[in-house]
Amino acid sequence: MSTTVSPATTAPAAAEKPRRAPLSPRARILLTTAAVLIAVVGFLFLFIRGAFWFALDARLSMLAAMVIAAFTQGVGTVVFHTITGNRILTPSIMGLDSMYTLSQTLMVFVFGGAAVAQQEGIGKVLAQTALMVVFATILYRWLFSGRNGSLYILLLVGVVFGLAFDSIAVFVQRMLNPTDHDLLSAKLFGRMGDVNVSHLPVAFVICAAVGVILWLRRYRLDVLLLGRDTAQSLGVDHKRELTLMLVLVAIMVAFSTALVGPMTFFGFVVATLAYQLTGSHQHRYVMPMAFLLGLLTLVVGQFIMQHVFYAAGFLTVIIEFLGGILFLVLLLRKGRV
Amino acid sequence: MISFSDVTKNYGETRVLGPVTATIPEGGITSLIGPNGAGKSTLLTILGRLLEADSGSVSVGGLDVRRAKSAELARKVAILRQENHLSARLTVRDLVALGRFPHSRGRLTVECVTAVDAALEFLNLTSLQDRFLDQLSGGQRQRAFVAMVLAQDTDYILLDEPLNNLDMKHSVLMMKQLRRAADELGKTVVLVIHDVNFAAAYSDRIVALRDGLLVHEGSVEETMTAEVLTSVFDTPVTVHTIGCYPTAVYTH
Amino acid sequence: MATAAAVAILLLVSLLVGGYDITLEKLLTDPAAQEMFWLSRVPRTLALVFAAAAMSISGVIMQLITQNKFVEPSTAGTSQWAGLGMLVILLVAPESTPMVKMVVATGFAFLGTWLFLAVLDRVRVRSSVVVPLVGIMLGAVVGAATTFIAGTFNLMQALTAWRSGGFSGIVQGFYEPLWIVAGIAVAAFLVADRFTVAGLGQDMATGLGLNYRRVVFLGVIMVALATGVTSVVVGFIPFLGLIVPNMVSMILGDDLRRNLPWVVATGVALLLACDLLGRVVVAPMEIPASVILGALGAIAFIIILLRTQRASAAAPSLARERA
Repeated sequence: MSTTVSPATTAPAAAEKPRRAPLSPRARILLTTAAVLIAVVGFLFLFIRGAFWFALDARLSMLAAMVIAAFTQGVGTVVFHTITGNRILTPSIMGLDSMYTLSQTLMVFVFGGAAVAQQEGIGKVLAQTALMVVFATILYRWLFSGRNGSLYILLLVGVVFGLAFDSIAVFVQRMLNPTDHDLLSAKLFGRMGDVNVSHLPVAFVICAAVGVILWLRRYRLDVLLLGRDTAQSLGVDHKRELTLMLVLVAIMVAFSTALVGPMTFFGFVVATLAYQLTGSHQHRYVMPMAFLLGLLTLVVGQFIMQHVFYAAGFLTVIIEFLGGILFLVLLLRKGRV
Repeated sequence: MISFSDVTKNYGETRVLGPVTATIPEGGITSLIGPNGAGKSTLLTILGRLLEADSGSVSVGGLDVRRAKSAELARKVAILRQENHLSARLTVRDLVALGRFPHSRGRLTVECVTAVDAALEFLNLTSLQDRFLDQLSGGQRQRAFVAMVLAQDTDYILLDEPLNNLDMKHSVLMMKQLRRAADELGKTVVLVIHDVNFAAAYSDRIVALRDGLLVHEGSVEETMTAEVLTSVFDTPVTVHTIGCYPTAVYTH
Repeated sequence: MATAAAVAILLLVSLLVGGYDITLEKLLTDPAAQEMFWLSRVPRTLALVFAAAAMSISGVIMQLITQNKFVEPSTAGTSQWAGLGMLVILLVAPESTPMVKMVVATGFAFLGTWLFLAVLDRVRVRSSVVVPLVGIMLGAVVGAATTFIAGTFNLMQALTAWRSGGFSGIVQGFYEPLWIVAGIAVAAFLVADRFTVAGLGQDMATGLGLNYRRVVFLGVIMVALATGVTSVVVGFIPFLGLIVPNMVSMILGDDLRRNLPWVVATGVALLLACDLLGRVVVAPMEIPASVILGALGAIAFIIILLRTQRASAAAPSLARERA
């Protein structure tokens, strides 16, 4: 640019009272990390009853599951919000939850309750994930790559498929005997408690890989916030980025669902909190914050449920419930959709 | 310069544009005018590679928009369309800074900061830079988006109806600022604009479209005649010189 | 004409076919067959007719009020709220008469519909397909709450029974409340013009002298009542209110007074067909009509959706959906 900028031009900007909150995003992330570390230590070591190593072991696996859930759902939802340009949707409405429910229901129906009561091999988990991701990808290619590619149509179709899967699943559930029905119900709510430990290494590798890809593209995600046309004008291949991000979100949510169970509103709660508390729109701050807040919520929540309410298995249900209410409240206040 | 030849675009069975062929020279402001449905926005969007033409070729600053990489084009041409709704809360500075993406890929260098400051200054937004976009008036918001486009520092700037939500005063201000961008910064500005008189007062060249075809192209003097405008807009238009500007009168 | 004939045939088949086939001859001679006919077949068929009418009319009224083609009781949360109401009353006073259950279900459905409309009012919506997305998410929230309550209080079986709404349990003495739907249908016909005007939007309607708020209120009551009653007697019926009004609207436009008979007839035909399919495909077992409707309805919805999008994209404007 041929216009020269003198120091005097920038000085007034500095002297202006900034309208942002005082803490920088970086400081906030450090603070939250500290809080998470404290919470984790407390969770792992406080109030241990009985055998120390046994309890610690169980808690560590639970913590690992929470880390994965916080990452996949928290970060996944943030990315989903960015690419849809809409902060009231959750990735699970794409029909992935319903697909999981249906596949579990069918398995119980065909193979009996025992089939799902046992720990699942990593192969099965990966297969379930792959199935959901393939479904999502086919949907995307069919609906999104066409000339009238619209993200909302894609979502709506995914949702409708989800409703159809639900209908069929509920019907099949009616035909189950009570024992099988109960075994199935246990599977259909998110559960942190009985994650198969042997799955964890694979899970971490997948999460790490996805995390790296997202981190490398953090600035591109910022540009995507501006919408299709402006992003394109700024040189971001909108369609390609969107497709990539959709697939990544599908992988994250599908994997989380297969591993820990369906959690429709958890990601939404965490993402919403992250937008409020991060103090910046930039993904290089919001994504880590979402992960940290998610982990904090789960660890503290589980701690409270376990030691204050003695209701260890109910954490995700409560979160879903509260998340649903938060969602409603958010919609009713002056909503920016 | 921008040159396009035999460009056509259909929606389903309907031909909405073309074939059109023309050259827009470097420098100055060129306005695209015409009645509703003439294809002006369609053409602009195709020139800015946001839409793919069904046939024909377009080249901007020597780059073929169909073949060149989007990132490369982003350093040559910037396009701003009408609807800009954001789900995220950005401040003015945040928005303008995003305009540097083609150059910096995200990490703001010293040069980027300078460019952002300059763009804000150019459009009188320096005192507003830390306000959130949703706290601004329509005119201020529009200026913020144009500042982003300026920060992108491209030779060519394409704007689709930039005066749409602006009142009289802000429309004049915007046109004056675009004129400065062309004169002081050497940008080539192409606008789609509804108000013929604004086009006449600030452009160097005018391209007129009607029913998807290019019906006239030339300097402001050549275009601002009763014959040309009446045939373009299909309604009686007379042209009078008021002050030193040709002014179209079409309200009778 | 063709529709009327189709409806008549379907009605007849519905009355006669089933686990125990009744031919016209048997009907006239066999007392056991006659008993079956009056105790089970007629009520079942009548229930189908009323439920179909209820959901179809609800759908078309909601679409006029929200000016959106994709809204209907199961994509606005209304049905899910009715389900929650049913669960609550089961919890609190399981011995209540069907009348009480209906009142509670209707009350909840009313609340839910009102909530949906309030949300639409507040939230600036950029694209028409976002509206059903919002409604479905609302429905998902309510559904999650319902499932949680059912799980906690051991009412899951009751919930799944409601969720796969079917007509196999309909007998004489049980379905009578559905006659209310007949009343709703008549009322809808009488005030049809007002709904049509309301469908032009609040500003235009008020400009034409309509008391917009009152008409909307009336519409919500009718929808809530129809959904509440159907919920108690039959259960959850998805998609019908979406498919039928859209099909009719594509041919006849959006004048309610002209459309209403066709909407009802088409809805009845569709539901009868689904129920028959469910009765016949895996005989002697039955697949509930709502399951068939859920699966087929999904496909129909998607076709309607894509058709609508294709039609609007062919228009020579660049107003595309924003990603």
